[in-house]
Formats: sequence, structure tokens, C-alpha cells
Amino acid sequence: MTETLIAVLSKNALITAFAVVGIIIWLSYWLSDRISAGRIHGSAIAITVGLVLAYFGGVQTGGSKGIADIQWLSGIGLMGGGMLRDFAIVATAYGVDLKELKRAGGRGAISIVLGVLISFTAGAALAVAFGYRDAISITTIGAGAATYIVGPVTGSAIGATSDIIALSVAAGLVKSILVMTCTPLVARLIGLNNPSSALVFGGLMGTTSGVAAGLAATDPKLVPYGAMTATFYTGVGCLLAPSILYLLVRAIVE
Amino acid sequence: MIIYGVALLGVCLLVGVFLGELLGQIIGVKANVGGVGISMLLLIFLSHWRPIKEKLADGAASGVLFWNAMYIPIVVAMAAKQNVVGALSGGWLAILAGVAAVVLSFALVPILSKASDDPRSLSDEG
Repeated sequence: MTETLIAVLSKNALITAFAVVGIIIWLSYWLSDRISAGRIHGSAIAITVGLVLAYFGGVQTGGSKGIADIQWLSGIGLMGGGMLRDFAIVATAYGVDLKELKRAGGRGAISIVLGVLISFTAGAALAVAFGYRDAISITTIGAGAATYIVGPVTGSAIGATSDIIALSVAAGLVKSILVMTCTPLVARLIGLNNPSSALVFGGLMGTTSGVAAGLAATDPKLVPYGAMTATFYTGVGCLLAPSILYLLVRAIVE
Repeated sequence: MIIYGVALLGVCLLVGVFLGELLGQIIGVKANVGGVGISMLLLIFLSHWRPIKEKLADGAASGVLFWNAMYIPIVVAMAAKQNVVGALSGGWLAILAGVAAVVLSFALVPILSKASDDPRSLSDEG
């Protein structure tokens, strides 16, 4: 019987994902109400539950797609994959205030470049602190601290070894997970409560998944503004890191 | 009809991502540059265009609003498929690099948005 059940669940993977995510969210909102008296937002709990499940999925299967590597939960991979994520992000733009976008647009653009520079510098400095002395490794790790896409793109462009590239991906993943979980906690402290600061926030953080989840758990109304700038970040990072930033690092260390 | 809304969303995403790919090729990077952002702008502009605006008012908006409402569930699924083990297996350098990048970026948010502090901000509207 279990076999048949698992076969049905696997065959209808996306539907299974809808049901499972629905249950996770229902439980999380219940916890939010009962345990935290609404202080911790239900979606923040749900995202954390998702990450914890992803951890156990990864430990159990040894794969890289969290809980989606468990066969009957593979639909989670489709539901939470780039295609539907981007589709839903675009949908959040419906009803966005164009005036807000125009007003903070310039600052949003600055925040993207500054965000790449800040994260890159932080990652590169730590690479040096951990004993890396060659420009290629330092640049790749710095790029990984920008996002987990900028890291490998930069690394393969300038010829980093695969273990350094893996390290840069890990740094980017840590960043993305931290943004997902910490944003609702620091939102008030950093004034993240209006479209302008959300635009700046998206540009500075840059990790689309992190920003998407972090803002969802803070205030869903802010999502489109942050997502808008965040989607330019990886492109800007891939532009700056293997070129100007690499040359700069090389000039400094060699 | 709901499908008009879903299709509008689909067309916006496809056109935006396509332009983002082209933009990436033009500036010579192996990444999509702002594809989703361009899609969002497209949706904002198109939804104000009269023929589309009429269709949206006539029920098509539900097709957009459904996906808007599915956003958080999709993000939860996205969280559940993250490579959390991979993130932790990078060791201290990866963890500290991620932490430092996030802390510094958080700290810059109020500094950069300060200049934009404006009594008209949406927070007043709730």
C-alpha cells in the first residue's frame, strides 16, 4: 500500500507539492498565532520550516535540492524552481505604484552597484583573512559573497579551481539563507517599511531568492519593489566581478 | 476571462527574460540582466494600457491575482529546495563571508534610503 501511495504522490508531483506546502503554511500560521501570538509572521515561520526540511532532505539524500531530492517530494523543486518563482514575482508587480518606482529608481540603481561592491569586498577580505593569496581565489570567493550565481560565473571566467567555486557557491547560499531568515528580524531596525527602502534593500542584498523570501516574511506589499532591483544585481555582479574587480584585486595582491 | 490575465503574465515574463538575456549578451556577461525586473515593468505599463485595462477589469485580473497570491507558497517551496547542507558544508569561510556580506548590506539600507525619506512614503497608508 505504501508503495502505491508513493507512486501516486510521485506521479502527481506538483499536486503533492501544493498539498505539502499548504500543510506547512497552515501549520506555520497556526504556530504564529498560538505560540508567538502573531509576533513572528506565519510566512517567516513557513520559510524557516522549509529551510529546516531542506536541511534534512539534503542530509538524507546527499543531493543539492533540499527536500525536492526525495522522490515523492520532487514537485517541490518545480513549484519552488526559478520558473514559477519568477512568474509569481512578476505577478506581484501588478498594482505597483509607478510614482514610487520613479522616485526611488536612481537610488535603487546606486544600491545595486554599491551592494555588489560591499558584498564582494566582505567576501574577498575574509578570503585573505583565511590565508588565500592568489587573485583568482580571492576574487571568486568575493564574487560568491555577492550571489551564488556571480561566484561560479566569475570563477569559471577567470579560471578558478572547482573547490574554490564550490566555496563561492556556499558563501552565496549562506547569504541567501540569512537574508531569508533575518530580514523580518531587522526590518524595523533598518527602516524597511516603505517602497523606497525596499528598492534600496533589493539592490543592496541582490540575492533574488533571499530578497523574495525575506520581504514576503516582512511585508508582502514590499516584494515587488525589492524584487525589481534584486533581479539586476546578479547581472551587474557578473559584469563587475570578473573584470574590474578581478583586475583591482590582482593589482593589490600581486 | 482568467486565462487572459495568466497569458498576459506569461507574455510579460517571456519578453522580459528574453530582453534580459539579450542585455546580458550585449554587455558580455553569462547571466540574465534584469529579465524579471523588465517583465515587472512591462506588466505595470501594459496593465495601464486601455485595451488590456478593460480586459483586466472584466475578470482577467483574477488570473494575475491568483499568481500574486501564490507567491508566498512558492517562496516556501523555494526555501524547502535550497541546498542548506551545501551552504553549511562550505565551512567557516563560506559562513563568515555570507554573514559579513549580509550584515554590511543591512547596515547600508538605512543610509542609502535616508536620502529618500519623504513624508509621502507608503508606510503612512498602512
